[in-house]
Amino acid sequence: MAKFVYADNAGTTAMSKTALDAMLPYLTDYYGNPSSIYSLGRKSRAALDSAREKIASALNARPEEIFFTGGGTEADNWAIHAALEKMGKKGKHIVTSSIEHHAVGHTLAALEKNGYEVTYLPVDGNGQISLSELENAVRDDTVLVTIMMANNEIGTILPIAEIARIAKSKGALFHTDAVQAVGHIPVDVRALDADMLSLAAHKFRGPKGVGALFVKKGHAIPAFILGGGQERGRRSGTENVAGIVGMAAALEEAVQNMDGNIVKITKMRDRLIKELLKIPYSRLTGDPVNRLPGTASFVFECIEGEALVLSLDAKGVCASSGSACSSASLDPSHVLLAIGLKHEVAHGSLRLTVNEANTEDDIDYILDVLPPIISRLRDMSPLWEEKMNVRA
Amino acid sequence: MYSDKVMDHFSNPRNVGELPDANAVGQVGNPKCGDIMKIYMRIEDDVIKDISFKTFGCGAAIATSSMATELVKGKTIKEALAMTNKAVIEALEGLPPAKIHCSVLAEQGIKSAIADYYKRQGIDPEPIVGCVCDCDHCHTAQ
Repeated sequence: MAKFVYADNAGTTAMSKTALDAMLPYLTDYYGNPSSIYSLGRKSRAALDSAREKIASALNARPEEIFFTGGGTEADNWAIHAALEKMGKKGKHIVTSSIEHHAVGHTLAALEKNGYEVTYLPVDGNGQISLSELENAVRDDTVLVTIMMANNEIGTILPIAEIARIAKSKGALFHTDAVQAVGHIPVDVRALDADMLSLAAHKFRGPKGVGALFVKKGHAIPAFILGGGQERGRRSGTENVAGIVGMAAALEEAVQNMDGNIVKITKMRDRLIKELLKIPYSRLTGDPVNRLPGTASFVFECIEGEALVLSLDAKGVCASSGSACSSASLDPSHVLLAIGLKHEVAHGSLRLTVNEANTEDDIDYILDVLPPIISRLRDMSPLWEEKMNVRA
Repeated sequence: MYSDKVMDHFSNPRNVGELPDANAVGQVGNPKCGDIMKIYMRIEDDVIKDISFKTFGCGAAIATSSMATELVKGKTIKEALAMTNKAVIEALEGLPPAKIHCSVLAEQGIKSAIADYYKRQGIDPEPIVGCVCDCDHCHTAQ
């Protein structure tokens, strides 16, 4: 049988069996509406309550601080709009980083057209913001600081506790998009002292289309979706019971196994990094130390990322790239440009993201098939020819 | 998102590599845009006897280069100059809208090599070949 290696776990994950098993009864026998008062409905209500407790417990939050959403993007959109509505009197200024996910970045760009002012903090070559620049950027009229906990493309982990402290010392609300962090590294909302935090189930082996927004107790945030009054009137619509149950089961499992998983996953990641950096004109993207356990992200000069991804796919390996040609636009990813890569270098990006479902055999296989692919693409690249001629 | 034909020409590109006895070489695109095509030709008696390419770019850039070289191989200069990006797209059984510019680049690459052929003989190529633009396709041909 042809080998298949899934190494795009920052894109999405295969669901864990635990999550699937937890969900199935709510897709079959227990289909009651949680708002119904008869026993079948109460069964669904109890499942929601239990899921909320599990998710709260995984984040060191209280159950009433967890609001279920239709995913990470919705949580990010809600958090931003809620902060602006709640803090409207204070001002119209928002501070963020230049490496946010589009769920935050595009939301803020739309707000800029509506009279809000946004400061995009630059990042260094590792993808880290400067805390002193943050301190200077937060003004009296800043209502929200929203900065991601870990970056999806380069794996950099940002110092959220310090960022939150600075934001709040100036009276701004603090939100973090923790979609890439939750379930992978410890996330303690009390220790971070975040006002709001977004998460998405499918990044930690839960189902797609479900997520949550943590909102610190005391912040009476405005409703995002109006209707039947679900989620204490804040996010109406009949709850995705099975999805929520699956999310809670996946997160509970991820947190229980986190210490062991981090060791196992980091080992695989480090082997990928160590071996692939032996390829000439390759470099790691993102912070070499403060880095998500599963993210091995690179640029390989003189080749183009989409061609790499297609070639890996032909060998049964799923990976991704931030190259322009992998997207609808002709610009490479804003994250790769923000860390200072030139356009032509950013085009050669490759992201391999592993999780606990991967094995050392998978790493062997990737290390076996990837270097010849890079050689093949370089052999047909006029840029590589130029580079070699200059060297000779 | 790619047709089987595109995947075939990406995975098994035809006429790839340098052509040692080329008497015409053209290069179009730029690294900032993420695609560069270099076309090598050996032209005899106004016929493209042999052709090859090197491309830095995505799957579609490689496939359009491969297909364009196939379409003009053995053809006269006149026939090669008549080859449009649409012919490349049709031969590849379609391209996604975001990749149309790759076919434009392939057409330009062929023209650029033929322009070089004339330049080497001291003939101004522009009246024959027309303007071989550089990277405008990135921003106009979407």
